[in-house]
Amino acid sequence: MAIQEQEAVAITRPLAVSVNGVERSAEVETRLLLVHFLRQTLGLTGTHIGCDTTSCGACTVLLDGTPVKSCTVLAVQAEGREITTVEGLTPAGGLHPIQEAFSAEHGLQCGFCTPGMMLTSVALLAENPDPTDEDIRWAISGNICRCTGYQNIVKAVHHAAGKLKEAS
Amino acid sequence: MYPASFEYFAPTSLDEALETLERFGDEAKVLAGGQSLIPLLKLRVTAPRALVDINRVEGLDGLAEKGGRLRIGALVRHKTCERSDLLKQRYGVLGSTAPQVSDPIVRNLGTVCGSVAHADPQGDWGSALLAIGADVVVRGPSGERTIPIDELFQGPFMTALEPGEIVTRIDVADPGARAGGQYLKLERKVGDFATAAVAVHVSLSNGTIGRAGIALTGVGPTNLKAREAEEALAGAEPTDEAITTAARLAAEGVEPLDDNRGSAEYKRNVVRVFTERALRASVAAAREA
Repeated sequence: MAIQEQEAVAITRPLAVSVNGVERSAEVETRLLLVHFLRQTLGLTGTHIGCDTTSCGACTVLLDGTPVKSCTVLAVQAEGREITTVEGLTPAGGLHPIQEAFSAEHGLQCGFCTPGMMLTSVALLAENPDPTDEDIRWAISGNICRCTGYQNIVKAVHHAAGKLKEAS
Repeated sequence: MYPASFEYFAPTSLDEALETLERFGDEAKVLAGGQSLIPLLKLRVTAPRALVDINRVEGLDGLAEKGGRLRIGALVRHKTCERSDLLKQRYGVLGSTAPQVSDPIVRNLGTVCGSVAHADPQGDWGSALLAIGADVVVRGPSGERTIPIDELFQGPFMTALEPGEIVTRIDVADPGARAGGQYLKLERKVGDFATAAVAVHVSLSNGTIGRAGIALTGVGPTNLKAREAEEALAGAEPTDEAITTAARLAAEGVEPLDDNRGSAEYKRNVVRVFTERALRASVAAAREA
């Protein structure tokens, strides 16, 4: 009963946030989830919705460089902060090393988990440029590949680590 | 899934947060890491009129010793604990718990104090803190008060916190030089709640057990102290016999439920085996400390 009364009136708030280096602003409902802000308000559908219950990691984005599950963050919490989605990884020409690596090592099958996997991997490599298999498996343990393609995902992260080291 | 509508406040001071909480009373919820609260909002298990987001309040993210006690601020994330050498070296059961909470991405946002305030009987931190001993420091309309962790949990998702109160930090007593601890958790997969888990903290005094703290996850309506087992060990030599007796007492003292994670009998047996293993490891760590 109380819930229906509350829903009759949309409670909104202005939101200004940097997404992939671009300042974006909108009037949003306070209850809007970050993943819906990205996909519906901004049209950035590279961030996927998988389980919607904080389990699968398909909706992973970087919030000030740290991986978070965007189905479990309110859009308004991101006020004044920086978000990176998979669209933000891709440079003007070509691919990001992690994208090249997932392609080269066949690190995806259906591709649904891939944006989240790549963002988690980018954050791992920023902190640990030379991870072991175990470091990689630990880091991606909050991202589920329903195709179970983990062997090649781990290979892809190693591949990307090599490319990033060459580039630096 | 969408939460029901709510008013959202992002105060920059604790006083401002407390004023807002007082205004809405039991119709407000505190948002810290959000990794338990937001799922509940989405499932509409709860539909508060107001959310008070404390993430912009300064001074709540400290994890450090002060005056001989460890202080865990309200915004200390699981990840910070996971990476803390201080916890690994001096507060073994806490250092051992941190990497076993949920999954690495959830640990980036979720907080220790939020987990304790949420009081999920499957929560990991409640048991770790019951084992080592802690005080929950709370601010509310009538000032600051301290709730011993033993008195915090009153039922599933129910605590001694009053509406309008915020957990500002958790204080852990100095475990002393000869101390060790461990959290052993059986989970079906990363991110799942415990089938059963056991937290142990041991302080040695002249080779005998000065204090043993044992607490259990997933086998009762709250995180539970295994009091009979603790009492059997206090002042005892840490012999094989004392340890197996304590493990048996811990297992006999719980009434777990059959569910899809395992039968009651299985969980009771896990409690016995994990209590024994964690006691042995904790005594060994205390001797080496």
